[in-house]
Amino acid sequence: MTTSQTISELKKAFPALEFSEFRGETRAVAPVESLFDVLKDLKERLDFDMLVDITCVDYLRYPGAKDRFGLVYLLANTETAERITIRAFVNDPQPAVPSAVSLWEGANWLEREVWDMFGIRFEGHPDPRRILLPDEFTAFPLRKDYPLQGRGERHNFPVLTRAESG
Amino acid sequence: MSPELPDNVAVTKLDELVNWCRKNSLWPMPFATACCGIELMATGASRHDIARFGAEVFRFSPRQCDLMIVAGRVVMKMLPVLQRIWQQMHEPKWCISMGACASTGGVFDTYCVVQGIDRFIPVDMYVPGCPPRPEQLIQAIIDLQEKIQREGTIAGREFETLKYVQTKRALQE
Repeated sequence: MTTSQTISELKKAFPALEFSEFRGETRAVAPVESLFDVLKDLKERLDFDMLVDITCVDYLRYPGAKDRFGLVYLLANTETAERITIRAFVNDPQPAVPSAVSLWEGANWLEREVWDMFGIRFEGHPDPRRILLPDEFTAFPLRKDYPLQGRGERHNFPVLTRAESG
Repeated sequence: MSPELPDNVAVTKLDELVNWCRKNSLWPMPFATACCGIELMATGASRHDIARFGAEVFRFSPRQCDLMIVAGRVVMKMLPVLQRIWQQMHEPKWCISMGACASTGGVFDTYCVVQGIDRFIPVDMYVPGCPPRPEQLIQAIIDLQEKIQREGTIAGREFETLKYVQTKRALQE
């Protein structure tokens, strides 16, 4: 199947998808309600067997942006070398999307990373812990409203002096 | 009356003797987290050869070390590990903060990078550079040896080392 066939198949199944193309890369914006069904269709019917990446963009104070967070799913079909980008937009408070771990096992750590950095909850994730930052961290540092130098987390440690370090 | 001593006997203070032994057999603990670690390895390799200064025995067990060389940036998740390793080392122990990141955080002025390890553990020598050349690290070890030689229980003068070293360098130049 070629990319144009994939697009027409997707359009037939999900009329709500908005397609666009930039430099030969196809993007589709999916509503959050049908995001899981779109991903499932791509995985099981259209053979997109590889989840390349899940990441997120914070559009706070971005000119012309309507939504706060834009999720990015990069998918690939290893048989036909097709690639497609699925996007979904979520908003405060409590941004959440369904987890894709049941489709691709590799989504596990990617979703944990997005949760760690942006605070987007993946509903149905089997292990929703932080992956990079310490467990006691409370903020989501890649959000645009988080200060670059943090809120003092980096200085919040006991000080060892010469006298007591023996 | 002064006792006669044979030619091969010298009289010294016990402190001086102990310090002389300590300074010439520093066992470094390499805490290498970034590119400074590569320079640290180069310092230990044959071209620069810190065996010339008695510090060639890199041990990866803190129990066997007395010189911690922190080479590279330390993030907030690594700092508890650093402190634990520092506490596991036996006295007497010293610490070299190698490179801009370990000393000040360097260019990484972000939420997760500790802005200088001297905020949380004691540091004896700072090595500037990004990363420092092996010669700079060797100079730090030589200066640290000077400091160790001047330590003492009764007449400790290790805090005057900076003044002494500066005078010595001025004379050399």
